Amino acid sequence: MCDAKQGDWVQIYDVILPAGERAAKVPEDTQRVSLALRVKGFLLDAEGRMGRPVTVKTVTGRSVQGELCAVMPAYRHDFGEPQPELLAVGPKLREILWGDGSIV
Amino acid sequence: MSKDNSYAAVMARKQEIVKAAVGVDYARFERSALCFDYEAMMDDVAYSMEQMIAIQKNSGVGQTPLLELGNLTTLVRKLAPKGKGARIFVKDEAANPSGSFKARRASLAIHHAKRLGYPGVVAATSGNYGAAVASQAAMHGLKCIIVQEAFDSHGQGQPEIMEKGRACEAYGAEVVQLTVGPELFYYFLILLEQTGYFNASLYTPFGIAGVETLGYELAQQVHRRTGRQPDAVVITHAGGGNVTGTARGLIKAGCAETKIIGASVDLSGLHMASDNDFNRKSFTTGHTGFGLPFATWPDRTDVPRNAARPLRYLDRYVTVSQGEVFYMTEALACIEGLERGPSGNTSLAAAFAIAQEMDEDQVLVVQETEYTGAGKHPNAQLSFARQNGIEVCQGNPQDSVPGKSIVIPEHPDQIMVQDVELERMRRSYLKHAAALLQERHISRSDLDFLVAETKAQLDWVEAELAMLGVKIGGN
Repeated sequence: MCDAKQGDWVQIYDVILPAGERAAKVPEDTQRVSLALRVKGFLLDAEGRMGRPVTVKTVTGRSVQGELCAVMPAYRHDFGEPQPELLAVGPKLREILWGDGSIV
Repeated sequence: MSKDNSYAAVMARKQEIVKAAVGVDYARFERSALCFDYEAMMDDVAYSMEQMIAIQKNSGVGQTPLLELGNLTTLVRKLAPKGKGARIFVKDEAANPSGSFKARRASLAIHHAKRLGYPGVVAATSGNYGAAVASQAAMHGLKCIIVQEAFDSHGQGQPEIMEKGRACEAYGAEVVQLTVGPELFYYFLILLEQTGYFNASLYTPFGIAGVETLGYELAQQVHRRTGRQPDAVVITHAGGGNVTGTARGLIKAGCAETKIIGASVDLSGLHMASDNDFNRKSFTTGHTGFGLPFATWPDRTDVPRNAARPLRYLDRYVTVSQGEVFYMTEALACIEGLERGPSGNTSLAAAFAIAQEMDEDQVLVVQETEYTGAGKHPNAQLSFARQNGIEVCQGNPQDSVPGKSIVIPEHPDQIMVQDVELERMRRSYLKHAAALLQERHISRSDLDFLVAETKAQLDWVEAELAMLGVKIGGN
């Protein structure tokens, strides 16, 4: 069973500095975790499995190795949920400026 | 033979890697253990105002509109004492190709990289600068790698940073996303060495000089609109380039009397290199976590001498809270019809309070806006804050605690600035400088340098140095 095949657009994960080998000036909570990277590229191996080492070619042409962590990675950030505290701002300002009586 | 890429080995090669990747011999400007010739560095390495305007025009950068915020000014005058309430203008920098003033910095860096024959550029930034470099690199056919501090150790990232990463990728850049930590610089050095690309640092003379056109344009636009020079310009302050470049541009336009006011979001108490604190802040730039250290000691960057030296120019430095900036972002959209990103509105929130102290016939300029969108929108930011255990409520923003709560004002009269004492920052700068000295003795020219660096009075600097046990004499 493979999760990605050669040429697929994927994301990899790699540890650059393991916990315990972090720079001395880094705070304690950060010392306890690894410095890791994620980068996207096209899979160079014939096939790849999630969590297993693979090599990708990035858009600048670099070959980078790491664990396969996503196939066809999507952007998931959005506009968030409505915020009641902010919904109150516009009506209040219009009331102060123009005496709009239609305030909730 | 492959190079030793261990942390210690790469950091030991730092100077040679950076020198090869910036194309600037900084040693030429060094004058003593303490002092370097800042103006010579800016004159020799950067470009003239005319050249910069031409370079930027060629890349679709600059000449952004100056918009009068008439409704906000009316609101300010309703809240201010009689006769008070300056006219507020904003420079709509979101109109630049990548949606922020950072395009000005990037256009100069990319122009320079191309002129020197580098095949590509690398920049370390989680901010709008990444998108700006990627956009300019795309325009001029250079390869581009952006290195972002993007995630905590659980792989969770600020929506704003995710959006900035997306924008970089949209412009064809490779985006290397790292977890929290200043060792990002280590990987950055490996990339520079491996690729032979140009270091499009935020802090080179071109990176700073590129912002001078902003101050220069702004002065001309204000004069055309109002027949006067701006009385004050409020500038969102983080690494210092925005303050330095804008102030230098204003001075070059003849506005030596314009008050330069820096504004940052107050993130006191949060550690910038802490994995736990990383996602407990809703602002990824324009905050005190950068603003204070970079002002009190600029030479802490990826180049030997930082061309951003904000203490040389600041007349005042203020902070505002996260909730106040979100409020003003909403206000800008609702009563001025301008939907713009929150970080750039840090200076707007400060300006709203400062305009109330100024006379009605005075002019106050907010010198940037930035684009907004998914991830950068206040709703996205506040949703993320709630998910990370931050309390979001309405009330008095002065009660907020960075990393614990965000308080959205109930009424615009609750928006205030907190002054950061410049004298304290100058003192901190002098302590950093004194720590460099092997012997507690400096020359008269060192002293002149320190006076310029801190924009302080000569006798004050002498007295402070005496308290630090530093003696002055000789040339």
